[in-house]
Amino acid sequence: MFKKEFSPGAKSKVKSSVQRGIRQKAIETYPKLEPYIDEIMPKKEQLDLVKIPDRVSLYVLNATPLFYQHMDDPLIPHLSLVHKYPHCFHRLRIDRGAIRFVLSGATLMVPGLTSPGGRLPDPTISPDDEKGNDGYGGTELNTGEVVVVEAEGKENACLVGVLKMSTKEMKEKKKGVGMEGGHYVGDGLWKLDLS
Amino acid sequence: MADTAEARPAKHVVYCGVCTLPPEYCEYGGTTKKCEDWLQANHPNLHSQLYDTEAATKALSNLSVDAQKRAEKDAQKKAAKAEAAEVREKNARAASKVYIKRVERNKRKYVTEVSGLEAFGLDLKKIAKEFGKKFATGSSVTKNAGGTGDEITVQGDVSEDIFDWLQEHHEEIPEDNIELIEDKKKKVGPAVPPPQ
Repeated sequence: MFKKEFSPGAKSKVKSSVQRGIRQKAIETYPKLEPYIDEIMPKKEQLDLVKIPDRVSLYVLNATPLFYQHMDDPLIPHLSLVHKYPHCFHRLRIDRGAIRFVLSGATLMVPGLTSPGGRLPDPTISPDDEKGNDGYGGTELNTGEVVVVEAEGKENACLVGVLKMSTKEMKEKKKGVGMEGGHYVGDGLWKLDLS
Repeated sequence: MADTAEARPAKHVVYCGVCTLPPEYCEYGGTTKKCEDWLQANHPNLHSQLYDTEAATKALSNLSVDAQKRAEKDAQKKAAKAEAAEVREKNARAASKVYIKRVERNKRKYVTEVSGLEAFGLDLKKIAKEFGKKFATGSSVTKNAGGTGDEITVQGDVSEDIFDWLQEHHEEIPEDNIELIEDKKKKVGPAVPPPQ
């Protein structure tokens, strides 16, 4: 989605009532974020909305991007936020070979997730278990859920976006497109200069 | 994880000063060598962690030899591309000039037009705002006469001041590359005469 670099459009202040709504929505979409919401979005701080191409709006707090949203789609966290609170989101992992494609903006293909180096959530392992399946436990995820994609052998996430195929289907089919048009490290949104 | 979540503080991630990615992804950025040097200088312990063990992890990784070779080739290509782009930009910078032109608008009234700043990676809009604030005059980004690009138009004759300001605030522009032009074919300042 943000393969090309772009410059930010109009920046406007968000009404406090709208800001409350965003806060609510963020908690709703990412329940695990709740303990940190005051840290991420202090109640008193003024949130800004920056318009970026393709009808995407980016919510910014003091020049740090927090979430972006395409029209009325779910809020998607900016990767800098994901890097700070990686355990608050649904996570997948891709194998080593897929990293370079993801980082050059390719769509995420399912084989990268189902191969030995990749990890998909395993419902037989509780999400609290840090050891089993390398910490990638939890329930199956459906199409349309926002997931963070990490990489084999790397500590930080490299991609965030909306699933195009449920994880269950992925395990059965083992091919096809897993995610399209996500936000990856080093893309236009990542390099966006907000100062 | 939910029960431990309460106790987990926000993670602080170091980002590379060269390619802005987290250092572990530097190898995909195309400026690997520079990134490595930067990390060595700024975060030596991270550097040793990432770059010393890397060879080992690479050998362990379950990529097939073929795929690894391909990846390497790709990385090399990318690096070469990034390097070439840099060289090109450097050359373009060395060749491009900033023109500060004084234009007579009415008898004894002048506007100053500044063009060529964008070649040095400056944001025209921001600079225009700066000029407006500094000289307390109108300053805007306008299309140039040929319609080929943008320039900054500042009201009043402030060419000398702009020259000084550019030297002070944007040292990346070499002095010789700034040229002052007066409309009446009379040259001012230490600049070389414009090629005509």
